[in-house]
Amino acid sequence: MSTHMTPDEEAEFKRRRKGRNTALALVLFFFVFLFYAITFVQFG
Amino acid sequence: MSDSPALYLPTDWRDFLSLTKPRVMSLVIFTGLCGLLAAPGYIHPLIGFVAVLCIAMGAGGAAALNQWWESDLDAGMKRTAKRPIPGGRLRKDDARDFGMILSGASVMIMGVAVNWLAAIILALSIVYYAVVYTIWLKPRTPQNIVIGGGAGAFPPMIGWVAVTGDITLMPVLLFAIIFMWTPPHFWALALFVQIDYAKVGIPMMPVVKGEASTRRQILAYSILLLPIAAAPWFIGGTGAVYGGAAVLLSLVFLALAAPVAMRRAEPGDGMKPEKRLFGFSVLYLFALFAALVADRAFYGQGAFA
Repeated sequence: MSTHMTPDEEAEFKRRRKGRNTALALVLFFFVFLFYAITFVQFG
Repeated sequence: MSDSPALYLPTDWRDFLSLTKPRVMSLVIFTGLCGLLAAPGYIHPLIGFVAVLCIAMGAGGAAALNQWWESDLDAGMKRTAKRPIPGGRLRKDDARDFGMILSGASVMIMGVAVNWLAAIILALSIVYYAVVYTIWLKPRTPQNIVIGGGAGAFPPMIGWVAVTGDITLMPVLLFAIIFMWTPPHFWALALFVQIDYAKVGIPMMPVVKGEASTRRQILAYSILLLPIAAAPWFIGGTGAVYGGAAVLLSLVFLALAAPVAMRRAEPGDGMKPEKRLFGFSVLYLFALFAALVADRAFYGQGAFA
């Protein structure tokens, strides 16, 4: 797909992909930590 | 649609976030949290946080499903034309999948971490909003807002049940308050944006039954709201701090609804009474639920016992 993009579009493509990946990583880490904490509270 | 950026660019994460209607969610989180704080019994702060998080995720998921289903209608209305799907920034299927995942995860986490009764009510509220309201009744009846109000009325009940694990009269009353509040709140808005709804064929009350009938019904619900808002005090579920605030706020609500009911809109009159009622109605709900929590704190009940 990227072969049909202008340099500006490609930069935008990469910026958005990076933003989404970062957001998803943060959400995943948040839930890993949350489940870890929930486990301690429930069994504590 | 061939040049829609959604087709060749990854959707910005902010567009996914706006799909959850963060502004509506703030009211959902607030009323859910108030229900949780006012309920009698102990809940570990982390589990309480998870309960409110799940309520917010469920509301966000339902909002995403609502926008997936209504994207064609949204495109035809000025107020909603710039939303992510009609704006061409997000693919419809992505919105559906996002809504499903968010809704499913919220119910499962609520069940596993908090309790299954709260999870079942949360699931009911999501189905109620996304299917019963959005898909089934909204396009079919001018009473759609009355029915839709039920969806927004669930959060304080879920917050309450997250703590107690059972349904009593108090959470039902909290549900009833928001249920009665929604029609005058939304119809006040519908009166000054009615042209939009008419254009896309949604049978909103002012479009179908006319302005005069809508204005009368706004007053009727505002009158009903007064005893229902005060009922938690009458049944001894709260003290006078809440009771006084409920009576006072509901009287102001009524005082603002009366001029809306009595008048007819003239071209170019700015619809000031309607806008004033709509503005106050948002403040009303925040203040009423804040008073509920303040009352519990004052008497050392609920989360403050």
